[in-house]
Amino acid sequence: MSSADWKNYKPVLIPEIKDLHKIDVYEKNGGYEALKQVLTDKKKFDGPKSVIDEVKAANIRGRGGAGFNAGLKWSFMPPADGGPRYLACNGDESEPGTFKDRKIFEYNPHIFIEGALIAAYAMQITSIYVYIRGEYIDYVKMMEKAVQDAYDKGYIGKDILGSGFNVEFHVTYGAGAYICGEETSMLESIEGKRGYPRVKPPFPAQKGLWGRPTTINNIETLSCVPLVIKNGASWFSEIGAKNHPGPILYGISGHVNRPGVYELPSGVPVHDLINEVAGGMRNGKKLKAIIPGGSSTPVLRADQLEGVSMDSDSLREAGSMLGTAGLVVMDEDTDMVDVLWRIAHFYHHESCGQCTPCRDGTGWLEKILLKIKNGDGEVKDLDLLLDITTQMEGRTICALADAAAWPVRHTITRFRDEFEARCKKSVHAMA
Amino acid sequence: MAYEFTKEDLEQIEKIKAKFPEVKPATLPVLWVAQNRFGHVEPEVQRLVAETLGLPEAHVHGVATFYTQYYKEKMGKYVLDVCTCLSCQLCGGYDILHHIEDKLGIKAGETTEDGMFSVQQVECLGACGYAPMLQVTNGKYVNHLTKEKVDNLIKALKEGKEPDYEQMEMPLRKV
Ligand SMILES: Cc1cc2nc3c(=O)[nH]c(=O)nc-3n(C[C@H](O)[C@H](O)[C@H](O)COP(=O)(O)O)c2cc1C
Ligand code: SF4
Ligand code: FES
Repeated sequence: MSSADWKNYKPVLIPEIKDLHKIDVYEKNGGYEALKQVLTDKKKFDGPKSVIDEVKAANIRGRGGAGFNAGLKWSFMPPADGGPRYLACNGDESEPGTFKDRKIFEYNPHIFIEGALIAAYAMQITSIYVYIRGEYIDYVKMMEKAVQDAYDKGYIGKDILGSGFNVEFHVTYGAGAYICGEETSMLESIEGKRGYPRVKPPFPAQKGLWGRPTTINNIETLSCVPLVIKNGASWFSEIGAKNHPGPILYGISGHVNRPGVYELPSGVPVHDLINEVAGGMRNGKKLKAIIPGGSSTPVLRADQLEGVSMDSDSLREAGSMLGTAGLVVMDEDTDMVDVLWRIAHFYHHESCGQCTPCRDGTGWLEKILLKIKNGDGEVKDLDLLLDITTQMEGRTICALADAAAWPVRHTITRFRDEFEARCKKSVHAMA
Repeated sequence: MAYEFTKEDLEQIEKIKAKFPEVKPATLPVLWVAQNRFGHVEPEVQRLVAETLGLPEAHVHGVATFYTQYYKEKMGKYVLDVCTCLSCQLCGGYDILHHIEDKLGIKAGETTEDGMFSVQQVECLGACGYAPMLQVTNGKYVNHLTKEKVDNLIKALKEGKEPDYEQMEMPLRKV
């Protein structure tokens, strides 16, 4: 299935089946078959390593934002030593513009559970934790029910399907903190602490939860796994964009007629997503800019979008990233100074404060942008802002500082005229 | 006032502890149990959680203050968390916030005199496609807000009618 042929795509992550969230319906539609194959079909899968190889070959790129090959990540786990090993599933979903994992919790929770169980088998994991943002309390309850149903059916627990494989599955949730989506912060939070990201190395595969080997994956990433097992790596890697294959849950928000989450192949052209999938621009306005994959991914002006599609290669060439595929659409009336100030406010509010460049840097970005927004800015403030971003990038424990710096750098560079015009209006510039 | 967990709370706390290899991870979930019971986790409640789990009070306090959803002081009966983050800002989130502030006669961060409503401005709640939106007391999301929808919500809450779960469809999905 090519990206261009998206109109003929049939959803597979969230297929159009009524009541699929119920375990009986999921089973009737081939659910938990992939787990069965992995655990009991020795002809098809000869042990955990063969599962990792298949997933690696499929090239499922992490859907949590960083786009790392899931199978390759799994292969970093050290050999089992008889002690506990963990899978931590990231359902924190807090990056502004991102609202897709909740659709899996709601419509197809068992595909995620099945994927997590297969991952656990492949890495010889003994306990699975899913961490959901605290605000999603309704989805937490849905997941608790789904996990209990899977326990009752014998897909989770001891000697699963008579294979001798044992694993526990626990649902946990946060209490409001964007930083807990960062993988090591999430581990701290599961451990019952403040969500301070950890210094790496050691990496979680060496020392994760309670000092034991741990792998972290996003909910959508894990949900792709049963599809790969059932249909094969090459089936998966032939969907959509070559270097970033598979189905994607695109979350589209902002100034479009029909915002929402859409499952389509990776690599759908940005213009098709806006004009056809999401029903075009609201009130017939003109497109001004997009943020392609959550608030940290660099903004692109409308004139930078010719031929650009939603995959990592195309977006990198255009000067941005796929991130979480949470596409934020802005029309011609959008005030970029206001938007950037609000993004800066978000990162300042969410910085955990451990690193000086991040704690102070995010504060200064917000403060200076507020000054510009209020009409008191000077043109030299723009260069000061760019200078601060340079001092933040790559100098901190986690990537929040980079996520805060990129939008500032790119929005100012790409909308320099608009920022300068706002500064020139200010008293300082006239004096 | 002395806070105490009920028998049911204590049973729930035992179940929570069984999920983890040590006690500390129970901190967040037990703070939730406490907040659901008492409506907040002010310092006295934090002390109860610490004592119940046998953990240092400083640890529980540290956790309670790190996470925004825990109420560190008494709040209104209904807390309206209005999202003004990126997508909500673009779709009129600030207009909604200001409308609520005007209507209730308080500013974000305040509680009405009768103790019915608190209003807060919050960061992205993961409902960006349904902007502008708000969350009621860490519970139900109310999406695609208009001034009329807000007025109706406040009227209903005053009568003790809490909103139902709003299912947000995936637009092209056919079932
Ligand atoms: C500040 C910050 C916030 C993050 N938030 C999330 C999140 O909410 N959900 C998520 O899956 N990944 C998030 N990530 C990425 C995770 O650290 C991690 O890369 C991801 O969960 C790994 O899963 P994947 O390889 O399947 O994508 C965040 C990263 C950073 C730096
Ligand atoms: S970069 Fe920011 S959020 Fe990340 S650990 Fe440092 S201070 Fe905390
Ligand atoms: S920006 Fe308001 S819910 Fe995401």
